[in-house]
Amino acid sequence: MAGEAQVKNSMALEFLSLPENVGLARVAVATFAAQVDMTLNELEEIKVAVSEAVSNAIIHGYNGEPQGIVRVAVERTEAGLVITVEDKGCGIPDVALAMQPAYSTDPERMGLGFAFMQAFMDELEVTSELNRGTRVRMFKAFKGEIGK
Amino acid sequence: MQVFFSMEGKELWVRVKGEVDLESADALRRELEASLDHAHPEVLMLDLEGVTFMDSSGLGVILGRYRRLKKQGGRVVICRPQPQVRRLLEISGLSKIMTIHPHGPETAGGVD
Ligand SMILES: Nc1ncnc2c1ncn2[C@@H]1O[C@H](COP(=O)(O)OP(=O)(O)OP(=O)(O)O)[C@@H](O)[C@H]1O
Ligand SMILES: [Mg+2]
Repeated sequence: MAGEAQVKNSMALEFLSLPENVGLARVAVATFAAQVDMTLNELEEIKVAVSEAVSNAIIHGYNGEPQGIVRVAVERTEAGLVITVEDKGCGIPDVALAMQPAYSTDPERMGLGFAFMQAFMDELEVTSELNRGTRVRMFKAFKGEIGK
Repeated sequence: MQVFFSMEGKELWVRVKGEVDLESADALRRELEASLDHAHPEVLMLDLEGVTFMDSSGLGVILGRYRRLKKQGGRVVICRPQPQVRRLLEISGLSKIMTIHPHGPETAGGVD
């Protein structure tokens, strides 16, 4: 993934798999991102992507059980932000299938989470192991002089 | 998140304020279902002007109500979404199956 250059700043956050922590995670990451001169639109995109990844960890990874740990980490390099969202939940049996737009294992859901992460971030990488957990890494590139 | 209801003829106006995500989506779904059960509107007018953030959990609630109303011969109209929400409605394809209306209840005066 791009952005594996020298880290200029980083932060990490760990919390229980509770729905009220989704807002906490996206605001924390957006606040971190706003340390450099990103546009409001870019911050909105980051918020949606983080919200989707963290919601997935809670709903799917831990099946709505509140005792799981979700970890969100962000690194800033000259090139952009690398955001990682990890759970130690059930894992995804077929990642390529899960990432297809409109694919969902829940009939009440639209299957759009990965599609939004893909649309709003510059790179998306998902690794998962059954009964071990899932890691979503997203890269948001800086435009122009930002981050230098 | 806060939700306000009012009935205008056959339209149920629902004004949503705040953030609609995993934390608030269940409450929104419950409140919408209860008022649809109660009011039997022909049209559900979802006024999203006050929605400051939405993600796929919120879109799922909207799509669910759309399906319910469609089955009963009714429909859902989305009113004045903010740009962030509008973009999600477009990427998700919901803007193709539902009408998006630029006005709120004061100026709408009945949508056909
Ligand atoms: N962290 C995770 N752990 C286990 N399974 C996951 C995880 N994230 C996603 N999945 C699986 O991938 C599928 C697709 O995820 P995606 O976010 O695109 O859609 P969704 O969550 O089902 O619906 P939406 O995001 O629109 O509410 C999910 O239905 C689920 O089966
Ligand atoms: Mg999802």
